[in-house]
Amino acid sequence: MDPARFFAASRVLIVAGKGGVGKSTMSAALARTAARAGMSTMLVRLTPGGPISRLFAAPELTGLEQTLHAGGGPSGDADVRGRLVTPDEALAEYLADHGLARITRRLMSTGAIDVVTTAAPGIRDLLVLGRVKAFEASRTADLIVLDAPAAGHAVSFLQSPTGLRGAVGAGPIATQADDVLEMLADPERCRVMLVTLAEETPVNEVIETAFALEEEIGVALGPVIVNGLVPVPEGLADDFDARIAASTAKISATEIANLRDAAAFRLQWAARQNEQVTRLSQSLPLAQLHTPYVFTTEPGPPELETLSNALSIGIDALSEDDA
Amino acid sequence: MTSLATLLEQQTVIVCVGAGGVGKTTTAAALALEAARRGRRVCVVTIDPARRLSDAMGFDPDRAIGNEPQQIDVAATGELWAVMLDTSTTFDALIRTYAPSEEQAQNILTNDFFRNIADSMSGAHEYMAMEKLYELHNDERFDLVVVDTPPTSNAIDFLEAPDRITRFLDHRLYKVLVTPTGGLARVVNFAAQGFLRTVARIVSASVVDDAIEFFATFDGMEEGFRGRAVAVHDLLIAEDTAFVLVTVPRNDTVDDAAAFIETLATADIAVDAIVVNRVHPSFGSERLDGLADGPLAPFITVLHDSQTVAVGQDTVLATLTNELPAGAVVKIPFLDTDVHDLEGLASLAQWLTPEGTP
Repeated sequence: MDPARFFAASRVLIVAGKGGVGKSTMSAALARTAARAGMSTMLVRLTPGGPISRLFAAPELTGLEQTLHAGGGPSGDADVRGRLVTPDEALAEYLADHGLARITRRLMSTGAIDVVTTAAPGIRDLLVLGRVKAFEASRTADLIVLDAPAAGHAVSFLQSPTGLRGAVGAGPIATQADDVLEMLADPERCRVMLVTLAEETPVNEVIETAFALEEEIGVALGPVIVNGLVPVPEGLADDFDARIAASTAKISATEIANLRDAAAFRLQWAARQNEQVTRLSQSLPLAQLHTPYVFTTEPGPPELETLSNALSIGIDALSEDDA
Repeated sequence: MTSLATLLEQQTVIVCVGAGGVGKTTTAAALALEAARRGRRVCVVTIDPARRLSDAMGFDPDRAIGNEPQQIDVAATGELWAVMLDTSTTFDALIRTYAPSEEQAQNILTNDFFRNIADSMSGAHEYMAMEKLYELHNDERFDLVVVDTPPTSNAIDFLEAPDRITRFLDHRLYKVLVTPTGGLARVVNFAAQGFLRTVARIVSASVVDDAIEFFATFDGMEEGFRGRAVAVHDLLIAEDTAFVLVTVPRNDTVDDAAAFIETLATADIAVDAIVVNRVHPSFGSERLDGLADGPLAPFITVLHDSQTVAVGQDTVLATLTNELPAGAVVKIPFLDTDVHDLEGLASLAQWLTPEGTP
């Protein structure tokens, strides 16, 4: 499937996954992949920090929109822009919009605002989703990519409108909840993409989260991204001793042992990942996109392009039904 | 010099801290098991363990109701107990402890606003984890309590949450509403009433009524809660309490960990040991660039990848571990840490104390 069509299928992509699986990195890579397919993209994050600024070699995200990667030029790339929407700010803004502008700051500092968030749990999450919905409605970008809270929280995050809808009766919050629910239920407006690693616990968790999202929220799920797959270069599984014999290079016994051990480790690692990939495809009827392990502790723009290439290739290989 | 093994033998409380997804829960369980093998009577408090870990430890989810420790059947000279934290039940028990009458307790426990606090208020998990820790610390069945902390974005939530929530329960919003006032306080009162009216308009009046009713019922219990929060805080900063930071050798996680250490230091808490999970093995440092085109090419590529990761992770970790004595930093190799059963937990425990179990 053509990436441009894949990313045009819905205007909001919510990216969710367990801590440590590369959820934010994948949000960045998806945004970049969509921009390469010519779609202007806005990346929204809920907490400061994280890998996004390093990946784009850009300043830290703030509440003000900034350009993370400028498009244009012969490639036909579109822009990637990014901003923070923090739950506390969303709440403060909402209260200010509803006639509490003068005392909001003091209410925040005295903790009175906690009374509101406790009386109506999930109100902050709902208001964040409300902001995303407003971006979507105003067509501020062709695609909005939301780097959602970590997996377990992703379910409660997306459940916030349902939960509140029951608690609050009629009023502005109820209206807000209805609007967000409408967006979540419409696959042409919103899809969730889950990210996992090919390891035991993350795979279990992504399966649980996928079913919970489908059953409890009814949001459409896109393909699952399996991140961190270690490549096996061609020839690595061949007979090492034969290759050593064929090599004319001067090489010490220690070096031979190191090469042998490193290859054995890599093959074992890849085999374990394969088992988990198979288990995931048997347990979860969703297409998979595979992204490679990047051999650096400091991923930056080159790694972002590598990951984005892998996503493009994976999306190209999807059938119409998969997407 | 304090090694992790010494901590397991001598401390009475071990708190495991760190970001989500670094293997904190599994590490806490392995530390507890190793301490039990060293003859101690240990209880580990885990929060939301992965299913396989809880199965491995022999948790029976049906028996887990009531939030009571269950003894785990392990080969050890000591004892291993485990409890899966249930925030809601723990909070209810605390209310029962401090309510002057059963009737008042019931009024609170059935109040919707209180249920929101116990089930979903931010910090409630942290507060109850520390509360459970305090309770088990004073339980004479155990001489060591190992506690896992919830994955959190704010490093010292577990330290601050008890105090923050206690202050919230004692919220003056209620006081200004019911206390006859004059002067400056009257302005606050007026603002608070306006505030509540607006909130009622936004979310609904019944929600606000529940909140006011809760504060009215809770009135008078804050003393007990405050005293308890102070006692919990004192336990956390006591000499016999050790902090073990769990991390992985990735730069963003290590940055988080470094920030964590700094924040803890502002509360006069030092990290006593660091467990680094998922450490990649090193296969020598010799670069074999000259051979990259021959029949060994794929092998050279893989060796170089490994070296890049090994060198990178050492650099990233150095900033974190330089301050600590060698025995207080433990590195757990990648691929050996996927724990499915008690045996897996036992082999992880061996990595935690490389000098072996005495």
